[in-house]
Amino acid sequence: MAEPIITIENVTRRFGTLAAVDNVSLTVEEGEFFALLGPSGCGKTTLLRMLAGFDNPTEGRILIDGQDVNRIPPNKRPVNMVFQSYAVFPHMTVADNVRYGLNIAGVPRKEQDARVEEALSLVQLDGLGPRKPDQLSGGQRQRVALARALIMRPRVLLLDEPLSALDAKLRDQMRTELSTLQEKVGITFIMVTHDQDEALALATRCAVMNRGLLQQVATPNDLYEFPNSRFVADFIGTVNLFEGQLIVDEPDHAVIRSPELGAGIYFDHGVTGAKGATVWAAIRPEKIELKKRTEGDTAPKMDDTPEGNNVVPGIIRQEVYLGSESTYEVEIESGRRVKVTRSNLTRWDQEDFAIGEAVWLAWHACSPAMLQS
Amino acid sequence: MEQSWTRAKGAFLAVFSPTVLWLFAFFLLPMGIIWAYSFGQNEGLVDIAVTGTLANYARVLQPLYLLIFLKSLWFAFLTTALCLVIGFPVAMAITFASEKTKAWLLVLIMLPFWTNLLIRTYALMAVLRTEGYVNWAYHWLWDETSGLLQMIGQAPLGAFTPLDLLHKNFAVVFGLVYVNLPFMVLPLYAALDRLDRSYLEASLDLGAGHLTTLFRIIVPLALPGIASGVLITFIPALGSYLTPDLLGGPDSQMIASVIERQFKRANDWPFGAALSFMLMYMTFAAVALQAILARRRAEARQ
Repeated sequence: MAEPIITIENVTRRFGTLAAVDNVSLTVEEGEFFALLGPSGCGKTTLLRMLAGFDNPTEGRILIDGQDVNRIPPNKRPVNMVFQSYAVFPHMTVADNVRYGLNIAGVPRKEQDARVEEALSLVQLDGLGPRKPDQLSGGQRQRVALARALIMRPRVLLLDEPLSALDAKLRDQMRTELSTLQEKVGITFIMVTHDQDEALALATRCAVMNRGLLQQVATPNDLYEFPNSRFVADFIGTVNLFEGQLIVDEPDHAVIRSPELGAGIYFDHGVTGAKGATVWAAIRPEKIELKKRTEGDTAPKMDDTPEGNNVVPGIIRQEVYLGSESTYEVEIESGRRVKVTRSNLTRWDQEDFAIGEAVWLAWHACSPAMLQS
Repeated sequence: MEQSWTRAKGAFLAVFSPTVLWLFAFFLLPMGIIWAYSFGQNEGLVDIAVTGTLANYARVLQPLYLLIFLKSLWFAFLTTALCLVIGFPVAMAITFASEKTKAWLLVLIMLPFWTNLLIRTYALMAVLRTEGYVNWAYHWLWDETSGLLQMIGQAPLGAFTPLDLLHKNFAVVFGLVYVNLPFMVLPLYAALDRLDRSYLEASLDLGAGHLTTLFRIIVPLALPGIASGVLITFIPALGSYLTPDLLGGPDSQMIASVIERQFKRANDWPFGAALSFMLMYMTFAAVALQAILARRRAEARQ
C-alpha cells in the first residue's frame, strides 16, 4: 500500500490537566472520505484543528505526506478547511472570496479568473461571482466556502461539521452533493461530525472518538455490525446491550449467561476471553424476531442455536409505526425493555402485534456482537 | 416589547417625558440662547442685544482666529491618528488575551476615567517638566554614558541640558493622546471582539500571513469600530481646553482657550458664542462626513 497521506502518531493535546485528545494514532489513505465521529467534547474538532495547524499537539506528531507538520503554520500547510460557520468574508464578493488564496499566492490574474470560474461551476454557483455573501442562502455560502478551499487544490480538505448549519432538507441534498464532489475532485476529505447518519452515509472510513480517546476506526458497515465497545455499539445506531458472564468458549461457539436476560446468548464463533469474565452482548433491534406466544407454549428453537438460548418471552409495551417499519418495546421477565424493529414487508396481510400481547423474542447465533469493554 | 410600548401610550409618555423635558430645558434651550447670542452685541456691561448681526462671525473668520481653528484641527487630527496607531494594537492585544487577562486589561484602560482630568494633567506635568522623571532618567543615562566614554578613554559628553518638554506643541499632543486613548481603544475593542475568529483562521488557512490578514480581513471588518473610535476621539480633542491650557506654551493654544477668554476675561459673550458655534459646525461636519461614509459603505454592500 502507498504511504498514507496523513499519519497521526500518539497525538495528545492537553488544555490544563484535561486531555482533549488522548494518545490518538491513526492514518488516512489518499482519496478517502474519512469521518471523525463522536459526541460533542470528544476531541474530534481539536484533532481537526491540529491537522489544519490552528492548534498543536502537546505530545506526538502529525505527518502530512510523510512530512512532520508540527512546526508548520496553517498558511504553509497543504490542507484547506471548510469552517462550521463557513467564514465567508462578508466584505468581499463571492468571486473575491474564492480567489483570495490564489491572490495571496500571487497567481496571475488571468489564471485566477479561469480557476474561479471553474471552482464556482464545480459547486454549481455559476454566475454568482459578483454577489455579496449576505445575498446568498446558507447552502450557497457553504458552496462558496467549498469553492474557496478546493480552488487551492489541497492535498486534504478538512470539513468541520459541514452540514450542521443547514436545514434538514438542504442537508440531505448537500450530503449527496458532497459525496459526488469528492468523487469528482478526487481529493482526500476529512470531516468532523457528531451525526452518525452523516458519517455512515458519507464516509469510506470513520474514527469514533470519546473523551479524547480513539474508540474504533472502521468502515461504516463494520462500525455498525462489529463494534468493539459498548460506547461504539451504543453511539452508532440503536442497540440492546446485555451484561453477562462468558460460560462456554469453544473455537466454533461461545455462550454468555445473562441474568438480566434470563436466557443464554449463543454465538456462532469463539472469542479470546477468559471464561467467567464479564462481557456484553449487543443485539440490534432489527435482528430480533417477534413470534406469537400463548400461555403454556414451549419456547421456539432457532435453527442454528441449541435449545434454551437466544429465545426469551416478553410482553409488548409500546409500538411506534413509522411507515416503512415499526418499532416495539418489549418487556422481558427481568423488567428490562428490549427494542425490536420489524420491517413492514407487505401492505396489510402481515402478522400484527398489539400492545399487551405476549411474544417470544428470538435471534440467530450470528446476530449478537460480543463486547469485552 | 416594542408593540406593547407603543400601545400603552400613557406609560410611554410617563417614562420618556421627564427625559425629553430635561434635555429641552437644560440642553436645547440654553444652546439656543447661546446660538442667538452669536448674532448679537454687547449693550452696556451685562445686557446682550440680539440684533441679527453677522459681525461676530466676520471676526471669527479673521486670520488670527482661523489660524487657531486650523491649529486646533491639526492637533485633533494628529491626536486621532496617533490614538488609532497606538490604540489598534492595544485593542488587538485585549481581544486576543485570555478571558481573565482581558478583564484586567479593560480595567486598566478605564482606570484613568476614575481620576480627575485636572489631577491627571498635573501629574503629566510632573512627568514632563525639567525636573520630572523623564529628564531625570535622561540625565542618569547621560552621566552613565559620559562616565563610560571616559573609561574607554574618549572625551566625555559635556554638561547636561535637560530636555524642554513642557509648554510646547509636543506636550499638548502628548497630553491629548494620553487623555483620549481610552476613547479610541474601547470602540476598537468592541468591534474586534465581535469579529468571528474563523474569518482570521480562514485567511490563514488560505495561505495569508498575519499582516495580510490584518490589512485585508481585520481592518475592513473592523471599519465601523474604527470610524466610531475616530469620531469619539476627534470631537473631544478638537474642543480640548484643559490639556492645551496647562501643557501648552504661548504658541500652542487651541480654540477652547480663546472661547474661554471671550466669556470670562473679555466679557464678550456674543463673540464667544460665535466661536463656540463655529466649533460646533465643524463637529457637525465631522459627524455628517462619517454618516455619509457609513451610508456609502452600506450601499456598496447591497
